[in-house]
Amino acid sequence: MWAYVARRLLQSVIVVIGVTLISFIALQIGGDPTYLYVSERASQEEIEAARRALGFDRPLHVQYLSFLGNLATADFGNSLSYRQPAMDIVLGALPATIELTIFSMLVAILLAIPFGVFAALYRGTSVDGTIMTVAMFGQSIPNFWLGIMMILFFGLYLRWLPISGHVPFLMPLFQGDVITAFRNLPSTIYYLIMPGLAVGFYSLSRNARLVRSSMLEVLGQDYVRTARAKGISETSVIVHHALRNAWLPVVTMIGLEFGFLLGGVVVIETVFSWPGIGRLVFNAINQRDIPVVQAAVIVLAFIFIALNLVIDLIYARIDPRVRLRK
Amino acid sequence: MTTNTGAIEALPPTSGSRARRELQRALRSFIAAKWPVVALLILTGVLIAAIFGPWLAPLDPNRQNIMLRLAEPMADGPRDAVFWLGSDALGRDVLSRLLYGARISLLVGVCAIVVGGTIGTIAGLVSGYFGGWIDDVIMRLSDIQLAFPFILLAIMFLVVLGPGVLNLILVLGIGQWVTYARIARAQTLSLREKEFVEAARALGDGTLSIMVRTILPNILAPLTVIASFNVASVILAEAALSFLGLGVPPSVPTWGSMLAESREQIIANKWWLAVFPGVAIVLTVLSFNIMGDWLRDYLDPRLKELG
Repeated sequence: MWAYVARRLLQSVIVVIGVTLISFIALQIGGDPTYLYVSERASQEEIEAARRALGFDRPLHVQYLSFLGNLATADFGNSLSYRQPAMDIVLGALPATIELTIFSMLVAILLAIPFGVFAALYRGTSVDGTIMTVAMFGQSIPNFWLGIMMILFFGLYLRWLPISGHVPFLMPLFQGDVITAFRNLPSTIYYLIMPGLAVGFYSLSRNARLVRSSMLEVLGQDYVRTARAKGISETSVIVHHALRNAWLPVVTMIGLEFGFLLGGVVVIETVFSWPGIGRLVFNAINQRDIPVVQAAVIVLAFIFIALNLVIDLIYARIDPRVRLRK
Repeated sequence: MTTNTGAIEALPPTSGSRARRELQRALRSFIAAKWPVVALLILTGVLIAAIFGPWLAPLDPNRQNIMLRLAEPMADGPRDAVFWLGSDALGRDVLSRLLYGARISLLVGVCAIVVGGTIGTIAGLVSGYFGGWIDDVIMRLSDIQLAFPFILLAIMFLVVLGPGVLNLILVLGIGQWVTYARIARAQTLSLREKEFVEAARALGDGTLSIMVRTILPNILAPLTVIASFNVASVILAEAALSFLGLGVPPSVPTWGSMLAESREQIIANKWWLAVFPGVAIVLTVLSFNIMGDWLRDYLDPRLKELG
């Protein structure tokens, strides 16, 4: 186990270094990065001064090392438009993004299981056909367009759900105000329904198809036949014997799923004016606020890497085959 | 994004008459599956729109007409023209922009696949053929890229490079290389030791010749399947990036940028601005997905048993 932990940790460290290197290269790739930090009307002297102040006149390897140093202290410099540390702004927007990501993950996993199971049990019927057709569409619809359509239909036409707005749950929780947090929870969820479905729909569709095909495979296995032969009720066979193995392919994808959903959240937040990192990045892109974009991207990437590490370690603990595999 | 690709295996080299029989079998299975035929028809339509867009478009897609802004579908346009699908906030014809958009969306999708596929295939071939430290370096690079949600990577590069068709193609292409590299590597590893490769080596063929002339033709089939799925996800990614304002410059109509512009009009319920470009994206992506599904089932019938 410890050898596996060590190997997996080392891998994560390499990936982290790689991510920092990529973000450093991204900054340099368009030529002198000074121009990204000064206004378009800046004079030659102002540009020179900015270049020295930002350290872009130094050799590249020195710049990279100081970039790493700044990273270690979570210092990305001040936001160009808010005049506050970029990191503080990003961390302030993080809880809303986490709420949306977790909610869409629940949508993508918890709803996929019943849909996939029903499609498998009623294989070849209209139930199966309908679920699979919707799932096929689900994998072809851009999430932000789905969001727009939901706003038009459920928000503006039927007036069932709010088209924007956010009630914080995690923020008060982090601040220790548990009572406010849980009093907020019902409205938090109410505001999460549309953006959460829009983000999670693609994954929900893919997972439903995955559960269906692995369920079909499992239902043909000997141990399911044995369970049936023992006279166990059909519900029990499905829930306790078949489903246990059928949802494994979905579970093993949770880590990658998180990264994928995170990407979706970044786009959807601008559609629903959700006050998270995505909308922050969108505004920062339009204002060419490089420190905020960098801080946001690196924070999200690190969360993704850390989460994948934790999930892998948990798997290794549960399933010995994982840690013994090379 | 592409999940069940590991099971696809390279087809053995085929001779003339066998190839014809294979083609007939493919055609029969294609028609019997029904949906791929519909998908092919839709894609043909999109292709026609992309090639002949300028001749088909009733109006100049960039011609602004402030007097006729936000006209509903079927409303009268300038002179004798009709805004079949309405006009946008600057009075431009939605149908014409949609037809021109097909061109950019397909161009970006296909070019990005070519860029990513080429880089990935070369990397995978080299990695699988030589092994050793080259293999280690290439595979670690792909690990790093997979550990980084693609859209974040694209945002980081495009915000510095600025919007533009070429930048978009490069970033989307580089975003895809890993998939091709992994498949090409796995295939090359298994083919490297096969008799016909050994034979080529014994005949005195050079390393490059063996890689390009002997191995490459035999790993193209699975890579084609990946590519057909991949066009779908690249078009989706292009739409998302254009939506964020990182795609093409505002004067170039694409489906994604049309949706981005529609955002400000949603509250005012100008539904046609959002509905039509979205339907165009969904139909195109759906068709690529259906074709990809069929191609995968056809090349690997074992998967179909489960479906």
